[in-house]
Amino acid sequence: MISIHHLHKSFGKNHVLKGVDLDFDKPGITAVLGPNGSGKTTLIKSILGMVLPSEGTIEVAGKNIKGQWKYRRQIAYLPQIARFPDNLKVKELLGMIKDLRVGPSDEELLIDQFELRPFLDSRLANLSGGTRQKVNLVLTFMYDCPIIILDEPTAGLDPISMVRLKELIEHQRALGKTILITTHVMSLVEELADEVVYLLEGHIHFRGSLKTLKETYGEASVERAIASLLERQKGKLEFSSNGHQTFVLA
Amino acid sequence: MLEILKYSFFDLIRSRWTYIYCGFYLLFTLSLLWLSNDLSKVVISLMNVVLLLCPLIATMFGVMYYYNSREFTELLLAQPMKRTSIFLGQYLGLAGSLSASWLIGTGVPFVLYGVFGSAQAGNFLTLMLIGVALSFIFSALAFLIALKNENRIKGFGLAILVWLFFAVVYDGFLLLSLSYFNEYPLEKFALAASMFNPIDLSRILILLKLDISALMGFTGAVFRKFLGTGLGMAVSLGVLAVWVLLPTWGIRRVSLRKDF
Repeated sequence: MISIHHLHKSFGKNHVLKGVDLDFDKPGITAVLGPNGSGKTTLIKSILGMVLPSEGTIEVAGKNIKGQWKYRRQIAYLPQIARFPDNLKVKELLGMIKDLRVGPSDEELLIDQFELRPFLDSRLANLSGGTRQKVNLVLTFMYDCPIIILDEPTAGLDPISMVRLKELIEHQRALGKTILITTHVMSLVEELADEVVYLLEGHIHFRGSLKTLKETYGEASVERAIASLLERQKGKLEFSSNGHQTFVLA
Repeated sequence: MLEILKYSFFDLIRSRWTYIYCGFYLLFTLSLLWLSNDLSKVVISLMNVVLLLCPLIATMFGVMYYYNSREFTELLLAQPMKRTSIFLGQYLGLAGSLSASWLIGTGVPFVLYGVFGSAQAGNFLTLMLIGVALSFIFSALAFLIALKNENRIKGFGLAILVWLFFAVVYDGFLLLSLSYFNEYPLEKFALAASMFNPIDLSRILILLKLDISALMGFTGAVFRKFLGTGLGMAVSLGVLAVWVLLPTWGIRRVSLRKDF
């Protein structure tokens, strides 16, 4: 569905993505992981056409996305921060997105699932952060898109909504969709992800299944595997900067 | 684009600041009409306020609206929509709501007073038009500045500087250069110089319409001398239209190249 080729992106002197090659062709859940500032959000925004690549191409469903906008009909995107126009009511915001996107939408069930019905007539400015995130989730999932991209979906959610969200994501996977998630919550990765992409300083350092990740680094949990991946990476960097020192990889 | 325009417009129309802005004009116009029975004097007094206030408020609103709706803009950018329609829609919604405040705030008292039966109807309409043009021009400039500057403080500062430049500094420079070079024929220079300032142009336009020589100033007098009243008004209107179109084109251009 998505194929990224040789993607570079700089913001001024800050070289965020340094040649990313990625293909998401199989349905399933891929977790895009990496420390803060590793380029996860930039990568996602490049796919959405919000960030324009300095170099390289991105194809969605076989077509280069440069200058295009219709391909976004195939993508449901959950942005990292949920902020909406303060003066709109929840109901009006939903109506607005429905006006903007053509095609059938299915929000009623989602509104019940996330217990948003009492808030439909509230202004968005008066909602708590978690409730806003729920509105954000409804907006994302109310359209039936083959590609789903979630940037930090769990931010501010209470445990019940978290469970609902996981169910929702699993349901979407069962429908054969391609799902990308960035998160710092490793338990979510462990429960949901079929595959992990690890991004560090603009390069892809690991791509493979959860099982491979754990086996490669000889750890029992994703969290530990990631930690040892990071440590090895640091080791390599030290090794290359002090060439004369001998450094044994852990 | 029309969808975005509609929602931006209704979002802004319900904001507290729009009410305050509209209410101010309403009170101000009502009290002017009460204090003076001469409609043309009221138009002139309003003109003096509008030439400063409309650009200032449009500038502030423009910058504020852009920065406040940034996250929402990101939400829109992820939807299947053209970039240009998002930004032009937002800008037109903003300029439209500012114009609506102005038209309602000053228009209603005038209409209630019975301006359309009087000889001042044309002057009143010119005044209305200028308020709208200035709102469109300065909100476009502000939107463009905000679009170009990620840093809010820098954006605010620049926008205020632009307003200050056109509202105050520009005239000062023009006067200084006119008095410094008064040995030379400066009519053409003054004519050209006034084209580069939309506030000046608006003043000339309304004074040509009112036909009050005493208030016209040097540039206004030059306009009338060289172009005559009719052509002078047409030219100033045309240049004001260019002043709307240029920054709007800038918004389109910058929005197509920007990362979000």
